[in-house]
Amino acid sequence: MRSRSLTKLLANPSALFGLALVCFFIAVAILAPILPLDGPAATDWGAIRKAPSAAHWLGTDDLGRDLLSRMVWGARASLMAGVVSVFIAVVVGVPFGLVAGYFGGWVDQIISRIVDALLSTPFLILAIALAAFLGPSLTNAMIAIGLSAMPVFVRLTRGQVLAVKTEDYVEGARAIGLGHGRILARYILPNVFAPILVQATLTVATAIIAEASLSFLGLGQQPPAPSWGSMLNTAKNFLDQAPWMALWPGIAIFLVVIGFNLLGDGLRDALDPREI
Amino acid sequence: MLRYIAKRFAVAIPTLVIVSIFVFSLQKMMPGDPAVIMAGEQRDPQVIAYLREKYHLNDPVPEQYAFWAGRAVRGDLGQSLRSDVPVLDLIGDKLPVTIQLAVMAMIIAFAIGIPAGIVSAVKKGTITDYVANFVALSGLSIPNFWLGIMLILLVSVHLGWLPASGYVPLTEAPLRSIETMLMPAFVLGTALAATLMRHTRSAMLGVLQADYVRTARAKGLGERVVILKHTFRNAVLPIVTLSALLFGELLAGAVLTEQIFTIPGFGKLIVDAVFNRDYPVVQGVVLCTAIGFILMNFFADILYVVLNPRMRESL
Amino acid sequence: MKLARLSLLLLATVATALPAAAATLKIGLADDADVLDPDQARTFVGRIVFTALCDKLVDVTPELKIVPQLATKWSWSDDQKTLTMQLRKGVKFQDGTTFDAAAVKANIERSKTLKESRRKSELTSIDSVEVAGDHTVKFHLKQPDATLLAQFADRSGMMMSPTAFKKEGEKFSSDPVCSGPFQFVNRVQQDRIELKKFDGYWNADKIKVDAVTYLPIPDATVRLSNLRSGDLDIVDRVAPTDVKQVEQAPDIHIEKAVSLGYQGITINIDNTKRGDTPIGNEKLLRQALSLSIDRNALNQVVFNGVYKAGNQPFPPTSPWYDKSASMSGRDIDKAKALMKKAGQEKVSLTMNAPNSPQELQVAQVLQSMIKPAGFDLKIQPMEFASLLSADTAGNFELSQIGWSGRIDPDGNIDQFVRCGAGLNDSHYCNKKVDTLLQDARETQDNAERKQKYDAANEILMKDLPIIYLYHQTWLFGVRKDINGFKAYPDGMIRLEGVTKG
Repeated sequence: MRSRSLTKLLANPSALFGLALVCFFIAVAILAPILPLDGPAATDWGAIRKAPSAAHWLGTDDLGRDLLSRMVWGARASLMAGVVSVFIAVVVGVPFGLVAGYFGGWVDQIISRIVDALLSTPFLILAIALAAFLGPSLTNAMIAIGLSAMPVFVRLTRGQVLAVKTEDYVEGARAIGLGHGRILARYILPNVFAPILVQATLTVATAIIAEASLSFLGLGQQPPAPSWGSMLNTAKNFLDQAPWMALWPGIAIFLVVIGFNLLGDGLRDALDPREI
Repeated sequence: MLRYIAKRFAVAIPTLVIVSIFVFSLQKMMPGDPAVIMAGEQRDPQVIAYLREKYHLNDPVPEQYAFWAGRAVRGDLGQSLRSDVPVLDLIGDKLPVTIQLAVMAMIIAFAIGIPAGIVSAVKKGTITDYVANFVALSGLSIPNFWLGIMLILLVSVHLGWLPASGYVPLTEAPLRSIETMLMPAFVLGTALAATLMRHTRSAMLGVLQADYVRTARAKGLGERVVILKHTFRNAVLPIVTLSALLFGELLAGAVLTEQIFTIPGFGKLIVDAVFNRDYPVVQGVVLCTAIGFILMNFFADILYVVLNPRMRESL
Repeated sequence: MKLARLSLLLLATVATALPAAAATLKIGLADDADVLDPDQARTFVGRIVFTALCDKLVDVTPELKIVPQLATKWSWSDDQKTLTMQLRKGVKFQDGTTFDAAAVKANIERSKTLKESRRKSELTSIDSVEVAGDHTVKFHLKQPDATLLAQFADRSGMMMSPTAFKKEGEKFSSDPVCSGPFQFVNRVQQDRIELKKFDGYWNADKIKVDAVTYLPIPDATVRLSNLRSGDLDIVDRVAPTDVKQVEQAPDIHIEKAVSLGYQGITINIDNTKRGDTPIGNEKLLRQALSLSIDRNALNQVVFNGVYKAGNQPFPPTSPWYDKSASMSGRDIDKAKALMKKAGQEKVSLTMNAPNSPQELQVAQVLQSMIKPAGFDLKIQPMEFASLLSADTAGNFELSQIGWSGRIDPDGNIDQFVRCGAGLNDSHYCNKKVDTLLQDARETQDNAERKQKYDAANEILMKDLPIIYLYHQTWLFGVRKDINGFKAYPDGMIRLEGVTKG
């Protein structure tokens, strides 16, 4: 079944395109230190806000830093923000969802009410409040986004568990006296894995935009280190004089986000047992 | 039906209490003392001490919460620390602005999303379908605020067609008001249009395979009639419920859009309040958003039940 | 749908059919004003609004000379402890009540006693106010205070209607009543403040516009584009990097004045707390740090050279600036020598900085400027609210912060360096400096005062609790059809003589 899903995924051109985009940016982020570029924080006061040229392919910013280098290093921050915050959301959210769905009762009631409460506060507002509380930094932005995205995973996991737990093989496992922990780990978790993977991929896309939004408000990555969002934050003051400063980060965010979205859609189609 | 509504309400109350406790404790942990900001550049220690006392900032947090909640239940959300205006008045001022923005964005989203969804479903698997899908996904993937910046750059700075800001109330100068809201509404609307398009498409695909559509086709009815009269009508149900949910999300999406186009709405209110540590405003706005969100969800559920006879019977 | 369109059209016709609007001046401000009560107000933009709303006892010229406004004449007693003011006759508040000596007394007493008052520290020297006639008022001081007149040229000198504030109490701000050229009409938070011409104004002939609306628009780019499109007539604080373009545009121009304030780095030298650091304990390191900064280059890079580089609490344009101690320029070798003398080769520093793009730009330029001398600067961006709290609590090593400036030199220096003073975040304490500053306060002779400030500055430039970097320039964008507008060092927008069209 797994290999059939994989074949299906590989036969889907738009999913492949998404995968290629994602891989490209991951490669750029990993290779950043060995690419022949100026440092992302190397200032040159003689070349402030210069348009793209042979010396600086993407131009320079308000402190004369090479934008290509900053874009490359910024990819690290943005991808890391996307992946780490989703990791936080999954690691925190899935266990709660498992527990709520599997045990039910008052545990479920409490967890579900908290999840409802978190979901009734808009994602970005929650993230802004959390980020302001933790103080502006990339790490804190990742925590804020991760916690804000967490309730979705709780709800999703809980729903999946509810669907799976009445299946025969789970009943069977219980009948032969397996402990709760074993049943959760061996029988339930693998069966809720696919929708979580799909949701996680799509959430990475949302998280990257969220990091950019927080950085745009000054609550994310802090200088001199670049992230695409913080580059946009600076760029918005120079729209007239140096429009390229705003152009590149926006395009990069767009490409990487659409990459994750295409990949997520493709995964959903490939892993969905039902065919529409 | 009534029992269903009552049950939904009963569940909403603990949710609201949790939201308010959560936001309350969050802001109490925030670094930065509102009294220091309020005291002004001089930071007169006497004034700071007085303000801390006046706004009960020295009391233990649970006590502060009880004080706040006691008044909130009676409909008093306190006063803004920054401007001394009652929070409820502030919200009353800002809400219509954001609702206008949201309604305009919704209209734009409908105008683009639904026709695109129908066309894409009808022409499933063709180039048109792929292109429509890709465009929709692009709409979802463009950061809102970046699109806003680019639009200001292009439409306002270079072409000079629309103002970049300068909100006027609808009641004061309707045309001008709509004009200033056009760009922000477009920015908000595009993302929604994409979601709407995707949902319309899948709803339409489901209905297109249904028996009665086949029958209609077999009867020799024109394709136009089949699609608009028989298929879309039946696909409209999930779309309507989705729209109610999206409306809540719009309020949240307005946060950055309002910041960029300097629209004095709900989103700007909350961002400014967080940065100024204007606790009562943060608290009040989050609570109101949560209530709005819950109401919209509730509304969507009811609508679904009302519109769907089969569901009605099962309750 | 049709009906909706029709009514919309109808509304639009009505709107355009109205008679040509009276001349309303639209002014874009960089922020929203706070409480519209001069005693409680704390924001800079609030002061701009008050300039139209509330007259003060005295005013200043662009050269910082104190001139009459509501007071026509004044004199000091021989012991410098009594200030007698003659008040203008025939002045009405906007509610029709009369402005007289009793009103002044009530105003000063409110500023001194209202619990929420932010003016207390500005008026501490006043012991009592005496009504010495309908239009004569005497201020009895606890000790001589040369700064008092300058305070009267700002919020402390703004006269509100006692009838109004007695009735409204701290709620005065919802409908403020003063005696200025414009009266309050309406306010929508974060959106607009509307004022209209006050017909009973004593100087009504000088007021040539019928109404004024202030619109807070925090984004400089957006503010400017509204000015360009003609939606605004005047804007506050054009971004320095936009100046060149504004100067090239045909229908707008810039009016500017160097501000009274400064921007700098405050260094925590309280060695019992967070100030127990190499740089907090050793003034040679602070001197080295100051020497490794190229202030002119900083101004060029971040502000296109539009602001004014400086090394003192007063800008070089101020009459109080000490020209004999002007900037020495960057000298890395000397800085390194000083560090060696202090026994250090590399020093790590952490600086709190506000997390706005421009402030962080300054921080990043500093970071790369001081590196060659051996300073490794870590920037700690914070929201302004947290920065202020950290400064007040002494929880910082370096803090990038400034001061909006006061008309009297005392306001830019005393409270930051006097032992135990309210804004002395550095925790600097030097009795010699204290004596000089106190002496400067107690004489009315400007030449003598300048001598004292120069002497204090000389000490401060060696001890360096604050490293001064630059002075902001107020940049107003003004449309061509606005005439008679002039920029002042205090950054206020005075509307006397301003015409539109």
